[in-house]
Amino acid sequence: MLTTKQKVWWALGTVAVLVYALFPVAAIFATSFKPSSELTSGTFLPSSPTLSNYESILAGDAQELFLSSLRNSIGISVISTVLASILATLAAYAIARLDFPGKKLVLMTSLAVSIFPVISIVTPLFNLWRTIGLYDTWPGLIIPYMSLTLPISIWTLTAFFRQIPWELEQAAQVDGATTYQAFRRAIVPLAAPGVFTTALIAFFIAWNDFVYGISLTSTSAARPVPAALAFFTGSSQFEEPTGAISAAAVVVTIPVVVLVLLFQRQIVSGLTQGAVKG
Amino acid sequence: MSATTGPGATSSPTAAPSSSSARNANATSSRKPRRSARRRAEARLGWILAGPAFVVMLAVTLYPILQAVWESLFNYQLTAPDDRTFVGLNNYLVILTDSIFWRAMGVTTLIMVITVAVELVIGFGLAMVMHRALRRLRGLLRTAILVPYGIITVVSAFAWFYAFDTTSGFVNSWFDWVPGISSDLNWFAETPTALIVIMASEIWKTTPFISLLLLAGLAQVPGDLEEAAKVDGATPWQVFKRVIVPNMKAAIMVAVLFRALDAFRIFDNVFIMTQGSAGTEVLALLAYRTSIGQLQIGMGSAISVLLFLCVIVICFIAIKVFKVDLAPAQGGK
Amino acid sequence: MSAITLKNIVKEYGDGYAAVNDVSLDIADGEFVILVGPSGCGKSTLLRMIVGLEDITSGELRIDDDLVNDKAPRDRDLAMVFQNYALYPHLTVFENIAFPLRLTKGALSDDEIDARVRRASTLLELDEHLDRKPANLSGGQRQRVAMGRAIVREARAFLFDEPLSNLDAKLRGQMRTEIARMQRTLGTTTVYVTHDQTEALTLGDRVAVLRRGVLQQVASPRSLYEQPVNLFVAGFIGSPPMNFLPGTVGESSISTPFGDLPLTDRLRSAVDGREIVIVGIRPDAFHDVDESDVPDEAVRFEAEIDVTEWLGSELYAYVPFTSHDDVAAKLEELDRDLDGEGMRTQLVVSLDAMSTLTDGDDATLWFDPASAHVFDPETGDNLTRDAERASKLDEHGAKARKRAIERAREKAERGEASVAVPSAG
Repeated sequence: MLTTKQKVWWALGTVAVLVYALFPVAAIFATSFKPSSELTSGTFLPSSPTLSNYESILAGDAQELFLSSLRNSIGISVISTVLASILATLAAYAIARLDFPGKKLVLMTSLAVSIFPVISIVTPLFNLWRTIGLYDTWPGLIIPYMSLTLPISIWTLTAFFRQIPWELEQAAQVDGATTYQAFRRAIVPLAAPGVFTTALIAFFIAWNDFVYGISLTSTSAARPVPAALAFFTGSSQFEEPTGAISAAAVVVTIPVVVLVLLFQRQIVSGLTQGAVKG
Repeated sequence: MSATTGPGATSSPTAAPSSSSARNANATSSRKPRRSARRRAEARLGWILAGPAFVVMLAVTLYPILQAVWESLFNYQLTAPDDRTFVGLNNYLVILTDSIFWRAMGVTTLIMVITVAVELVIGFGLAMVMHRALRRLRGLLRTAILVPYGIITVVSAFAWFYAFDTTSGFVNSWFDWVPGISSDLNWFAETPTALIVIMASEIWKTTPFISLLLLAGLAQVPGDLEEAAKVDGATPWQVFKRVIVPNMKAAIMVAVLFRALDAFRIFDNVFIMTQGSAGTEVLALLAYRTSIGQLQIGMGSAISVLLFLCVIVICFIAIKVFKVDLAPAQGGK
Repeated sequence: MSAITLKNIVKEYGDGYAAVNDVSLDIADGEFVILVGPSGCGKSTLLRMIVGLEDITSGELRIDDDLVNDKAPRDRDLAMVFQNYALYPHLTVFENIAFPLRLTKGALSDDEIDARVRRASTLLELDEHLDRKPANLSGGQRQRVAMGRAIVREARAFLFDEPLSNLDAKLRGQMRTEIARMQRTLGTTTVYVTHDQTEALTLGDRVAVLRRGVLQQVASPRSLYEQPVNLFVAGFIGSPPMNFLPGTVGESSISTPFGDLPLTDRLRSAVDGREIVIVGIRPDAFHDVDESDVPDEAVRFEAEIDVTEWLGSELYAYVPFTSHDDVAAKLEELDRDLDGEGMRTQLVVSLDAMSTLTDGDDATLWFDPASAHVFDPETGDNLTRDAERASKLDEHGAKARKRAIERAREKAERGEASVAVPSAG
């Protein structure tokens, strides 16, 4: 039973955490509803909220820039997430399940790659991509995104797979299942949540990329949202694109918030899985 | 991005080893050391499955970094590709004697040290709140915490930038009673104030990750240790300092190492907020501007290689000096 | 050294479930009290309330004369040994034992701490392990480190929470004696929680039996065994457990599936008009007519032995029987309370190990009707309990105890304390 004092402390603590986590989001959310006349008012909330910023990015001047970048971001992130998940699932299965020389090397490599400074890779890629024609294309981003999504996927999935009671597969075979049935009915249901969670985390990382995005693209052919935001301009040279950027920021943040709300438990377990279970 | 990694080294003496690792150990040790046909087949299958991922990882990192090392030895500008000449280590010499580089290095290091320190404190606070939270609150708190984690760094940068911006921001008008803050304070004109906002955005966005790692570490400290310490006469602070922290030291160190490496690569926030003006240039931005901005591939490659070496040095220091144990991170092998 | 007084202690959880209900218990200075009962009876909760790790919903908890209900654990000055020992994995054995002393921040000099730790480690034979980490110790050594941490405090009382449950059977026996010896040497008030009745009977000056949060009986081990107050205590204390037989009261006897008990004055007054009773007879009260002299008053009966178990020192024989419908429900409920599985009803007989009975044999057995208890089938009360005899047994226990403590203290004064604690595992 909580005493009143404890209840007050919990209420305060919870409010503090909520303010911490949500206030900057609320700020940009509020800004996105400000008409251009209010952008310099210095107030938090818009006094006459408007949807004009959303109109401009979804239907107006900035539509071309924003919608194409949104398409690029979704396409490139999803494809690189799927590729990374497939490769990582195979690798993690091998690491968790099989004993082969060099599995330590694979794990250490994924650890090393994950701490690799992206900027160090970007210069040579920039040069190479221009030579072989991958500059400013989807594959030109999907390939380097592997350096972001693959290591963490291998790492997290290995931790997940180590927890799977693989004897179940044998038990199912003893119970009369074929090899395929044993895998399909005993292992896949246990492994699927881990793969899904890993894919979710990999997607967040790909979605977040900025360095590759601005370095390896030049037009709306492949430029993803974060890079596009940085190159937004106002409708005239003298007008700051604050409203449009805020609206675009809100639009790309919504899917993240929805995913977090839906899969909060899985994401936390995925993020901490490798960290503590080893 | 930080990989989720870390030790399982904080196991209590009485806790049984995790069933999975015990199983692995048994499976391994019960096999004969001689390489039987079965073992060879297993090794082959292992590489067939793990090989593609391994090759892709090498292809997207090892190859480019070797390329960068090679190109850093040339005077090579994309504006004049035919004038490519071998200059040996001259590019490095130029960079290492240039105050711009050292300034960027200083700023980067400063950002790394301060953000990691602040994140550790806030992260611990958040982790403690979540750890002790009632079941009903825990889901809500975790969801809230994950929002900054999931938000695009560039969006976070814009949110903080607009909040502090002289024309569009509300911070100046809200906090004008604080000494030093007035309605016309331009945060992004001076190095210290600009760095404060940059670091605030960085801290806000990445603390959730550190706090989740710490939360996982906290969960590993057996509850009866805390109880025993309470009975032994420890104050709450003594319980924290003498029992909780030492028993999750490994988790703390790994979290700090990965966040430090991450912070050392800071780019997005600086790019969005100041583009490196007002003395906020960091190493990654310097490398970007040199190679992508000015198309000086040779010089940019050299900076990239130096940045890479810095990361290796940080890792080395962490592992040798602070004894961060990455071995358990390989899955207890 | 302190007395601990529990007065109407209640622990109620948020959902209204009372884990501990109205428990009152006086624990005298230097006394060794056992809290015992099946799992979920509230014994650990009660202990954790004493030490301060659980809030007390209502009632009064006093240590000596201080009301400590709302005091933090660190202000109660009690030492506790946890079930999993709760050793600090990052500290050496020395630092584990020194831990409570280090917390006092400067109140004790390093030399004083060192001296105290070494005194405890010598007492517990841990001298050669002082520099090791808990992870490298055996179960028994960890157990002793946990005890070392408790005694070094010179706290007002020791609390043990099932300290031996993680040890194997042999070590458990050794550590049991060890704890008894240590407590006698130090004379510190001790509260000890266990579900193991051997520990309860051997260690305690007094044993408090709990059932579903309610205190059933507090008495010396002998009195508990011989004069249980009800079915629950009778069924819980003793191994193999007491046999409960349906008894139908007739004109001159109580008839059971295994012979008729003549209605002596003792039984007649106990039965007091009831038609159905539960007759309780301990397994060791039965004998084989072929292997012993049969007294005149003995009740004889024929039995077909179903299964036998030879244990070296004795032989258990099992004889199935059909329980009477009127008492079956009560006995099933009792079985559930005792963590039983509700298996078939059978009589357990403990015979001499030399007996040659085997499975399927027909045997003639006898028992002395004076050893039988009679219980009310509704309330479970023991109708044949001899309160006078019980208090005599309690007094006897208290006296024996007092002598033991005096002997230990004399020995300690002569400086033989460490000799009194020989090596354990």
